[in-house]
Amino acid sequence: MSQETLHSPQVEKLHRDELEQLQIERLQSTLNRVYRNVAHYHAAFDAHHVNLEKLKDLRALRELPFTTKEDLRRGYPYDMFAVPLRDIVRIHSTTGTTGKPIVVGYTRNDLRNWTECTARLLVAAGITEHDVVQIALDYTIFAGGFGFQQGAEQIGASVIPTSSTMSVEKQIAIMKDFKTTALVTTPAYAVNIAAGLEEMQVHPERLHLRLGLFGGEQWSERLRQRIEERLHILSTDIYGLTEIMGPGVAGECHLRKGLHINEDHFIVEVINPKTLEPIGVGEVGELVFTTITKEGFPLIRYRTGDITSVSPEPCPCGRTFVRMASVTGRTDDLILFQGMGFFPSQVEEVLFEVEGMSPHYQIVIDREGGVDVLEIKVEVLEQIPSLDELKTLETLRRQLRKQIKAALNVEAKVTFVEPKSLRQAAGKGRVVDRRTE
Amino acid sequence: MLRVLNLEAGYGALRVLKGISLHVSGGEAVAMIGANGAGKTTLLKTIAGILRPSSGTILFDKREIHGLAAETIVELGCALVPEGRHVFSTMTVRENLILGAYSRRRGEKAADVAARLKDVYRIFEILKERENQIAGTLSGGEQQMLAIGRALMSKPRLLMMDEPSLGVAPLVTKELYTTISCLKDGGMTILLVEQNARAALAMADRGYVVETGHIVLEGTSRELSDNREVQRAYLGKEYRTIDE
Repeated sequence: MSQETLHSPQVEKLHRDELEQLQIERLQSTLNRVYRNVAHYHAAFDAHHVNLEKLKDLRALRELPFTTKEDLRRGYPYDMFAVPLRDIVRIHSTTGTTGKPIVVGYTRNDLRNWTECTARLLVAAGITEHDVVQIALDYTIFAGGFGFQQGAEQIGASVIPTSSTMSVEKQIAIMKDFKTTALVTTPAYAVNIAAGLEEMQVHPERLHLRLGLFGGEQWSERLRQRIEERLHILSTDIYGLTEIMGPGVAGECHLRKGLHINEDHFIVEVINPKTLEPIGVGEVGELVFTTITKEGFPLIRYRTGDITSVSPEPCPCGRTFVRMASVTGRTDDLILFQGMGFFPSQVEEVLFEVEGMSPHYQIVIDREGGVDVLEIKVEVLEQIPSLDELKTLETLRRQLRKQIKAALNVEAKVTFVEPKSLRQAAGKGRVVDRRTE
Repeated sequence: MLRVLNLEAGYGALRVLKGISLHVSGGEAVAMIGANGAGKTTLLKTIAGILRPSSGTILFDKREIHGLAAETIVELGCALVPEGRHVFSTMTVRENLILGAYSRRRGEKAADVAARLKDVYRIFEILKERENQIAGTLSGGEQQMLAIGRALMSKPRLLMMDEPSLGVAPLVTKELYTTISCLKDGGMTILLVEQNARAALAMADRGYVVETGHIVLEGTSRELSDNREVQRAYLGKEYRTIDE
C-alpha cells in the first residue's frame, strides 16, 4: 500500500486552525441558509431562542437543538430540503424499515462533494487508477453504491458495479475473470463471498484481490481478521449514512487506526445519549454530525444513534482530520435484557472466541412467564470434524454458554443450526425481539 | 493571509455586518458577491481601517489589524481600490500614481518609486500613454485602471477592489478583468467585491455570497456558479457556464 498518497492533500493536511476557520465560515453560512429556507430549523431555532449572530465559535454549536430521525421522518418527503426541488439533481432514501423513510436530495454541488469525499476514502485505503474495483453494494434508491462509483471513477480506477443483487457465485466469477483488485461491500457480504470461495473451492490466491473496503454495518476487529485471512486481503472500515451524505463521511487510512472524518464537510460531536451533554475527549458516546457544505439536505446536530469515540490525536499518515473508532453499537441496537443492556456486537465477539462457530448468528429474545429469555442461534462450520457426535456439540454449547455468561452476565440458550440457514439474517434480522408481540 | 472572524460593523446605530467570517489564502483570488446594500463595501472599508468594527477580529498575516489606522494597514501591505475610483481628477495620471506610493516614500529611494511606476505602466500600457493627461479627462475604464495602478504603487500583498466594473463599459470590463487575472497569475492575493458576479466568479478561485450582513454561501467559484440560487439571484436567467 502506498504510504503517502492523499486525494486532496491541501485539504486533508490543512492546519487545524485553518480548518477551524473554514468550519466556522461554513457553519455560519449553513445556519443562515437553513434558518431562512427550512421551516423546521426556523421554528426549532426560534423555540430554543437561538440567536445565530451570537454563534461565534465551534463550541457554540452546543447551544443549538439536535435534529433527530423523527424530525426527518416528519419532514417526509421534501420538507427538510433547503433548496427548491428544481435545484435537486438526485434523490435517495433510507429503507424505512423502522418508520417512514428519510428522503435525501442532492444538488449538483452536493454530488460533486460526495464524489470528492468517497474518492478520498478510496485513495486513503490504497486504491489507485490501476485498481479494478468491484462494488457489491445496492445501486437503488439507497445511497450505497453510487457514492463509491463516483469516487472510484474520479480517481480513475476501473469500476465494476456488480451491485449486491447478483448471486455470490456470479460475483466470484466476475472477481476472478475481471481480475478485481478491490472489493467494496458490507462486512456481512464479504463473509458470504469468503464462504462462497470455499464452497466453489476457489483459492483466494487465484484471485487478484488485494483490498477490501467494508462498511454500512458494525463489524468487529475479529471479523476483520477473519475476512482478511479468508480473502487474503487488507481491509479498511468505511463509515457513512444516507441522512448525512451516504458513504464518504469517514474512512480509515492505510494505518487503520480509526476512521478520518471529512471535517471540511462535517463537524462531529460525541454526546452522552442519555444526558445529551458533550462527553470528554476520547470517551465513548453517540456520534452527532452537522453538515457544513450541503445545499440540498443540510443537517444541524443530527443524532446518528451510532456509538463510538473520536480521537483528536494526530495521525502519522499526515491527515489532520480527527479519527473516529469503528462504530461499536447503535443507541437503538442496545438490547435491554433483564434490566441490563448489551449490544449484538458483544455476542459476535464471543462467537469468535469459540472454535467452530461461524459469524452467522441470530439473537432471539422472548418472555416466558414474565421472565426475559435469550436464545442465541449459531451456524456451525461444516469443516468441524465429527460434528454429528452429540458429545462434541454438547461441549461446544456448554463452552459458548459459559463465555456468554462471562461476557454479558446473562444466561443464554444456545441453539446450533444448519450451515447457511442464517446467512440472510445479517444486519437487521440479526436480532428478533418477541417480547412486544 | 487574511482571516476575518465574526466581524460586526456599521454606521451609528445601523448594523451592516452582522458577524462575517471569511479568509483569503496567499495567492488566492476571492470574490464577495451580493446585492446592493448587502454589506460588501462596508466589509472592505472595515478591513482597510476606514471603518472601525464594533466587534470581531481581522488578522492580516496573523497580526490583528482591526483598530489600526488606515495608513498603517496600507503600510502593512493591504491596499484598497475604492468604489467609484476616486482619482484626483485635477492631477495628471503620473501624479496620481506617485501619490499612491506615499506610504512607502519615507526613507525610500526615488529609484524604487520609479521602478514601481515602470511596473504599473507595464501592466496598464494605456496609463503610460496618458501619463501627462489630467486624470479627470480619462474614460471610466481608464480611471479604474488608474485607481488600481495607484493602489499597486503601495506595493501591496493583498489587493482589495470594490466594484471595479461599476460604471465601466462591458468591453472595458472584460479588459479590466483580463488585467486582474494577470495580477493574480503574477502571485497577487486579491479580495474583490462585485455585483457583476459573472465576471468576478470567472476570475476568482473562491467566493462568498453576502446577504443582509450575513454570509449565506461559501465555495469555489465553480460551486457558486453551479448553485441555482446564485444563478437566479446574481447571474441572470440566461446564464450558461462556458466550459459545459
